Amino acid sequence: MRIRLEKRRELSRVMLALSPIGAVVMTMIVGAIIFAALGYDGPRAVMEIFFTPVLAPYKWPDVATKAAPLILIALGLTLGNQAKVWNIGAEGQYLLGALGGAGVAILTKDMHGPWILPLMIVAGVAAGALWAAPVAWLRNRYGVNEILSSLMLVYVALQLLNYLVTGPWKDPNGQNFPQTAPYTPDQKLPADLFGLPFPPGLYVAFALALAFWLVMARSEFGLGVRIVGEAPKAARYAGYRESDAVWSTMLISGAMAGLAGVLETTTQSGQLNLGFPSGYGFTAIIVSFLGRLHPLGIVLAGIVLAISYVGGQVAQTTVHVPSATAGLFQAMMLFFILASDVLVRRRLRIEWGSRTAAARA
Amino acid sequence: MGFSHGGGKGMSLDLIIAALLTVVNITTPILLAATGELVVEKSGVLNLGVEGMMLCGAIAGFAVAFSCSDPDVADTWLGLAGPWLGVVAAAAAGAASSLLFGFMALTLGANQVASGLALVIFGTGISSLIGTSFVGIAIQPFDSVFPESLAEHPIGRVLFGYSPIVYFAFFMVAAVGWFLNKTRAGLVLRAVGENDLSAHSIGYSVIGVRYMSVMFGGAMAGIAGAYFSMVITPLWAERMTAGRGWIALALVVFSGWRAGRLLGGAYFFGLFMTLELYAKASGFSFLPSQFWAAMPYLMAVIVLAVMSARNKGGSQSPACLGKPFIPDA
Amino acid sequence: MTIINRRHLIKSAGAAALAAPFINRVALGDEPLKVGFIYLGPVGDYGWTWAHEKGRKEMVAALGGKVTADYVENVNEDQSATPVIRDLAKNGHKLIFTTSFGYMDQTLAVAKEFPDVKFEHCTGFKRAENVATYNNRFHQARAVMGTIAGKLTKTGVIGYLGSFKVPEVVMGVNAFTLAAQKQNPDVKVKLVMIDSWFDPAKESAAAETLANLGCDFITTHTDSPAALQVCEKKKIFGFGQGADMSRFAPHAHETAILDIWSPYYISRAKAVMEGTWKSGDSWWGVKEGSVRIGPYNKSLPADVAAMGDKIMAGWADGSYEVFTGPIADQSGKERLAAGKRMEDKDLAVIDWYVKGVEG
Repeated sequence: MRIRLEKRRELSRVMLALSPIGAVVMTMIVGAIIFAALGYDGPRAVMEIFFTPVLAPYKWPDVATKAAPLILIALGLTLGNQAKVWNIGAEGQYLLGALGGAGVAILTKDMHGPWILPLMIVAGVAAGALWAAPVAWLRNRYGVNEILSSLMLVYVALQLLNYLVTGPWKDPNGQNFPQTAPYTPDQKLPADLFGLPFPPGLYVAFALALAFWLVMARSEFGLGVRIVGEAPKAARYAGYRESDAVWSTMLISGAMAGLAGVLETTTQSGQLNLGFPSGYGFTAIIVSFLGRLHPLGIVLAGIVLAISYVGGQVAQTTVHVPSATAGLFQAMMLFFILASDVLVRRRLRIEWGSRTAAARA
Repeated sequence: MGFSHGGGKGMSLDLIIAALLTVVNITTPILLAATGELVVEKSGVLNLGVEGMMLCGAIAGFAVAFSCSDPDVADTWLGLAGPWLGVVAAAAAGAASSLLFGFMALTLGANQVASGLALVIFGTGISSLIGTSFVGIAIQPFDSVFPESLAEHPIGRVLFGYSPIVYFAFFMVAAVGWFLNKTRAGLVLRAVGENDLSAHSIGYSVIGVRYMSVMFGGAMAGIAGAYFSMVITPLWAERMTAGRGWIALALVVFSGWRAGRLLGGAYFFGLFMTLELYAKASGFSFLPSQFWAAMPYLMAVIVLAVMSARNKGGSQSPACLGKPFIPDA
Repeated sequence: MTIINRRHLIKSAGAAALAAPFINRVALGDEPLKVGFIYLGPVGDYGWTWAHEKGRKEMVAALGGKVTADYVENVNEDQSATPVIRDLAKNGHKLIFTTSFGYMDQTLAVAKEFPDVKFEHCTGFKRAENVATYNNRFHQARAVMGTIAGKLTKTGVIGYLGSFKVPEVVMGVNAFTLAAQKQNPDVKVKLVMIDSWFDPAKESAAAETLANLGCDFITTHTDSPAALQVCEKKKIFGFGQGADMSRFAPHAHETAILDIWSPYYISRAKAVMEGTWKSGDSWWGVKEGSVRIGPYNKSLPADVAAMGDKIMAGWADGSYEVFTGPIADQSGKERLAAGKRMEDKDLAVIDWYVKGVEG
């Protein structure tokens, strides 16, 4: 017996659009069964995780808070993914972005002015791009696999955060706890932009999603990126150099991750501590794939994943499932969506018997 | 009974041997997981899910070993074989969890990075879920099976003082090295990793070979996880592997995908981490501890660059690493 | 625990604003008081979170049908804590305990939105009209351990496995050392910080290192029983952290620090129910029943056990204070004059080790 995947000649647009929904439904069904088998109220757990955050308006700001950084980072990653430049180090670039903002904050803590916050954000963006730069350089100069180099730098970034927050950047008035001094009002973003309780990062994410969409679909830059990814040899003939694509996509994804990081700290928390790394950089990779490398898809995927986080916490108080629940559901969702994605593009053929038997038949 | 003072020379020998045992403890799980991942990557697959598979193995091994130590069965053969069964269960759990990744990445050709990350999340979640009923329980550590009398003599301690899993790890590194370089099957595996299309055209089943290597990697990661829950700290706690899976990934890179260097690299890391502890305990800290903690990863990046530079533009990673293989029908 | 389903959630979300004054009145009299808890780690960690969970369960048991309590575990100390705290407040929990330092600002932020909900932040230092802080004097029990270790050590070297250099840990190290020095003035305390609250394998390696360097008593400030298992293997002695860990080390486990949170939780729940709750800082210890030590190991000599009991009694009636001068720091400088007791405000921010601590 052989299992083969054949490319479908025609891609059904309906299937392409519906398959993620199908995958989420599968996740809900399988998830409910698994939890019921383990002794919890399976159907209610699913309800709390997926529906409560959507149907309860007071939960929307929480979903937005989680979705904004995911979308921002994933947008940056998508550009790279299209060029087949795999940036796995977004988590590290996210941390550097936060550190960049924190550094400026510490320097300006006794100053006032509307220029402080933009400076912090610029510093965060630059720091994120800076952390991505070695990865691009190593790949262009030495052919080093960017998956591995960017991943390694994540752990270096974690140690850097650790060191700064427990040492030189520790709040002198913080009772010796490992955290930076809280940001002054000049250093924080408004919480109620446009009168809505959503973090400013959300609006930035939406705006940038639109921008990325335009750039990727209509600009020469976007075209170049895609050509480099899909047909590297043709790209070279057409004058698009892979090394340029590597630089630009890595720097942009680093910058986006850095932006997410600095926005996260200037929004509500207003300081950095050891609990800051939350895995957004890795989850954003998943968001990028769930969104099928398309900016609008990423917005949706980011929201879906945020819902699962928020729902997971709700489910803890109401159905008393353990906190590992959210992770399980996310993993299941990813498995089903990846599977459905493949099955939409390719047809699964199971051949029984030997090749000669099939030929005879 | 306490620590006995020897003469000056005797005490330092004791100290060195004791420190060596700590080094072995720190290194073994990383070595096991890295050896497995080495094979996986040599066949052209990048499985980032090591941490998740280790945790699955840790809880499976602990659960089985604990069940076998239950007073009702402790006197039967089950009780005696308990720890060994635990290791087998851990390998099975690791391999089973790797199949999830295998199905996604190999059969369906989905992106390996995303699939691997999903495996980490899944493994962490499912082990935590299953493990909730095993918290606060202690079992006997799966220690050396050699007679206690051997431990009296320093040489005896160095050679015979370890859990069977340690010897297994040494054996496997050697076996993997021999397999990859000296057997035909190993050659096929490497070919699949370097040029999958050619291998396919010769008639080898690329997907089949990769499934086997992925499962092998899973089994090794599972046993590595069991080392945590059955040897180092015979208990279960959520996320108890604390990121060692990622160090194993770094180690594979650091080793340049060569088994011999893997062994050396693993022990280098282990020695490093142990020395850091000794320095702290003795009051030395000339560089912040985070610097030392970041070293393995920094060094991996440097090694990557150096290796690739020597190869004049090409890196030494298996050429097909991370690329899905989908033969056009 | 009340069952909340989707319909209730939606209804309550909309009605909460309108019904706020009514809910307040009802909670004080008729319906059971709903108490919420936010935990940093898993309840199964057998350490910090486990102790809080034990406190929660004991509170519910002690107050019968008057109180129900819910919890959320594994809440990260970042932004994501805020919606969790807010959820509890929104769902009718009138008393919420946030059990880790990193929840400080999030607690304060949510407290502003819910002025009639009472918040209690553990180990913090920022308060508000409806936000109180509370902590435990764990170091009091460390004095018992230091006494036992100092008296019984044959090598003159004892070990302390720490996590981060935060005041709570520094207090513990100093209390342990000072108490040990009273029994053995030349005793040395080797200190290793592993930069994590939870990493069993690293705790094990660090404990092995301490043991190899001559420690025959090891106390740990980290959350798992790993160090004790090392002590058992090496045939030296250790102490349990946060819970009685003797099952992990039957011979090595001399006693343990027990974090007993229920007296505080019960008293605060009662205060809310009676309407007498006020914000403030509570730093309870042996006297209030928040810190206890576990049963002594059978092999512990009776006179040493008696010394431990005497210290606990001394804490309870105020006659004993391990932080009594003269105390010098590691450089030899005198930090506390002879006969003086260290004040709480200095103790809470302490960042220096006493002489005799190595590492």
